[in-house]
Amino acid sequence: MEGKQTIMRRSALAAVAAIGSVSLLLAGCSKADDNNENNGNKSAGANAATKEVVNASTQKGGTVTYEYSDVPDSFDPGNTYYAFMYNLSRLYARPLMTFKPAPGEAGNELVPDLAASAGVPSDGGKTWTYKLRSGLKYQDGTAITSKDVKYAVERSNFARDVLSLGPNYFQQFLEGGDKYKGPYKDKSAEGLKSIETPDDTTIVFKLNRAFQEFDYLVATPQTAPVPQAKDTGIDYVKSIVSSGSYQFQSYEEGKQVVLVRNKNWDAKTDPLRKQYPDKIVVKLKVNPETIDQDVQAGDAIDVGGTGVQAATQAKVVNDASLKANTDNTYGGRLVYMAINTQVAPFDKVECRKAVEYAVDKVSVQTSLGGPIRGDVATTVLPPDIPGYQKADVYATTGNKGDVAKAKEQLKACGKSTITTNISARSDRPQEVDAATAIIASLKTVGINASLKQYPSGKYFTDYAGVPTFDKKQNIGLHMMQWGADWPSGYGFLQQILHGDAIGASGNTNLSYLDDKVINETLEKAIATEDETERNSLYAEIDKRAMDLAAIVPLAYFKVLLYRPTTFTNLVSTAAFSGQYDYLNIGTTEK
Amino acid sequence: MISYILRRTFAAVILLLVVTAVTFAIFFLLPRMAGQTADQLAQQYIGKSPTQADIAAVKQNLGLDQPLYLQYWHFIKGIVVGATYDLGPTTTHCNAPCFGYSFKNHVEVWPQLTSRLPVTLSLALGAAVMWLVSGVLIGVISALKPGSFFDRAFMGVALAGVSLPMFFTGNLALLLFTYQWPIFGRTYVPFTENPAQWANTLFPAWCSLALLYSAIYARLTRSGMLETMNEDFIRTARAKGLRERKVVARHGLRAALTPIITVFGMDLGLLLGGAVITESVFSLPGIGQYAVQGITDNDLPPILGVTLLAALFVVIANLLVDLLYAAADPRVRLS
Repeated sequence: MEGKQTIMRRSALAAVAAIGSVSLLLAGCSKADDNNENNGNKSAGANAATKEVVNASTQKGGTVTYEYSDVPDSFDPGNTYYAFMYNLSRLYARPLMTFKPAPGEAGNELVPDLAASAGVPSDGGKTWTYKLRSGLKYQDGTAITSKDVKYAVERSNFARDVLSLGPNYFQQFLEGGDKYKGPYKDKSAEGLKSIETPDDTTIVFKLNRAFQEFDYLVATPQTAPVPQAKDTGIDYVKSIVSSGSYQFQSYEEGKQVVLVRNKNWDAKTDPLRKQYPDKIVVKLKVNPETIDQDVQAGDAIDVGGTGVQAATQAKVVNDASLKANTDNTYGGRLVYMAINTQVAPFDKVECRKAVEYAVDKVSVQTSLGGPIRGDVATTVLPPDIPGYQKADVYATTGNKGDVAKAKEQLKACGKSTITTNISARSDRPQEVDAATAIIASLKTVGINASLKQYPSGKYFTDYAGVPTFDKKQNIGLHMMQWGADWPSGYGFLQQILHGDAIGASGNTNLSYLDDKVINETLEKAIATEDETERNSLYAEIDKRAMDLAAIVPLAYFKVLLYRPTTFTNLVSTAAFSGQYDYLNIGTTEK
Repeated sequence: MISYILRRTFAAVILLLVVTAVTFAIFFLLPRMAGQTADQLAQQYIGKSPTQADIAAVKQNLGLDQPLYLQYWHFIKGIVVGATYDLGPTTTHCNAPCFGYSFKNHVEVWPQLTSRLPVTLSLALGAAVMWLVSGVLIGVISALKPGSFFDRAFMGVALAGVSLPMFFTGNLALLLFTYQWPIFGRTYVPFTENPAQWANTLFPAWCSLALLYSAIYARLTRSGMLETMNEDFIRTARAKGLRERKVVARHGLRAALTPIITVFGMDLGLLLGGAVITESVFSLPGIGQYAVQGITDNDLPPILGVTLLAALFVVIANLLVDLLYAAADPRVRLS
């Protein structure tokens, strides 16, 4: 997903950007906190939560407070696309499957949630059957049935005129999904025919093609049950009926949400949730610097999970005792530059290869915040996504670029100089800095690129994601950052490399690569049952994309989280971009 | 008097219409003139990979498929008589004044404005009291002792206050009094919940704003007082044997207040429309924060709502200022 946590509506508002700069200065002047055992709790050590459960405890009670510098798209599980909402919403909305609350890549493991077991495929992966656990209830004590799951999928994927903010994978993959009008317009009793509910605990999905990673799709909040009688469409967010361990006590749009224990949640039906705190408070639109202060004081968790601000980073990485309370891990994301294969002269592979060799990736890494914010990347798939295989097609000494090889490729392309433009998002200073570093690298080989900045809110719909605009403006290079919708090669690659993902606007395949081999291999991979074989196909696609020089991988994005010591059961999970798993976080404070 | 207020009210309505039209044009007409299509605009409010049918449905639902003048008409009509919106399974009637639903998260705008108004009011009124009292006091004392150490020192501080931007003083106040020495709270508490905590969390924001504004008021008061205190009627008042305190307060300050009232009305009106940076720095869920969110999301209804409300506050403040003129200066008559 194109940046649900760092990217899309990162709270980097124009005004706040200026505020942040000053805060950096101010915080830099402040006295370092030398308390290495915050609030009396002993530190578990740097990166501990990526390897084990930190502060493991079964203590109940207290209030867990989360803070976010912005507002999420929606708390409605059927209308959200933010990674942290996928994580947080599980407290009140149980999907059929979910990710195991476990540290690091162990968190990528799918486990049944509302379903009693993983999906049972048939018809070569075109049909998936799930049995629900018995005894499931909503917060009002009424029974949860498979029809409610069906309805949830229908409303979230097929009523995009009103619930428009989530993804629409079910619409794409379910048989007849392109014709169904959604439950608000289609009032027929049977609804979407390709979702069958033969009884109250069975649900069958019939797909239009074999899809071996369907368990990942049903792990999205879109499969969390919604009782049709209680669905108020857009307004459902104000009165969500909980199927999880917590329910809404109050909902103040754009300000704060308070969750309390769901008394009708039964631990016997749920091996994952423990219902430790009495109350969970989510505060919105909190100054990012204040969040950092609250996190360090042990008062809150940064629910966005994007990591600490630059000022706090400078403070914590230079103090061993503070660093011991940090988790620095991959976020399942790649920072890269897409080379537009439809804009001359980058329609020639040699010209693209010249760019691959010219870029000094170390300077880009520095502009992004140094190694703590990302390792130098040489592949499309990041190391924490299954299918990753270490490779470096355009290896240069120290990753600093190779002028001679770049010029050689330029000559093979029939050019001695190239004049082009590079797009970046104006409200993302690090992206602009990275583009500036790339421009300097390219200049050394005779590629003169000018920076074109566009607001992130319109980057895909109006600018970089519009092929006619790119051609007209001669934008051959696009800055980009990408994370998987689910942790697999398909989840990562499909939207940025498949030819089918190219449209008239709103594109995320910014290379505009429509390669028959890649398209077919992606389709083959998703229909392949054996996971090992599937992963090797993803590695092949990765190599093919690099051979075609469609993407210049720059950095494997890493998050730097400060781990508040007053909270219990903290694990930084790869399934949610390195965020802490929010399912069972408790507190030591009453 | 009544006819004066009626005339001003009529003029205010016209002004507000112009303000909404200009705002509407900036956010909708100009992008279209630059080549943005209704499809592209609709796509900003849909998740990933929308189909053409999705885009068409969103365009229809948000009214983006209609001509711009009709979209504007529906917005204005909603404010006067309300509007009906499609929620999905049902429809809802949004009562007047209906500022519409957010394009982004489909939340009704008017309740958002009214629920955030107490926060902005708390911030603006508290700060206004501080800057007015301190600014006028410093200005009067400086004017009475021009060239003195006090005058030079406070005018120096005033200059610094005007020069330092809010994102600097605000963050400095946060750093010192909230992070380093946690004297003040970090999270806004409504007055109705706990007045003491309400004041405690707002105090740094009030001080930061007051520092910025009181400097202007001190300088305005000083120059006004310096001029007034040399007028003939002041000499006459003194010749009549009035006590100096009375001369300064009743004759000098009263006459010097007119420009201060004018500026105060404008400042307060503007601030009530949302102290964007202050609310962002101090995490105050007020109207300014809502405006920033609307701009970030390119979400027209909240932007129009805030703009209209801000303009309304400025208009009302100006009307009150004119009425206050008559009270402050006997030479002024409303007609």
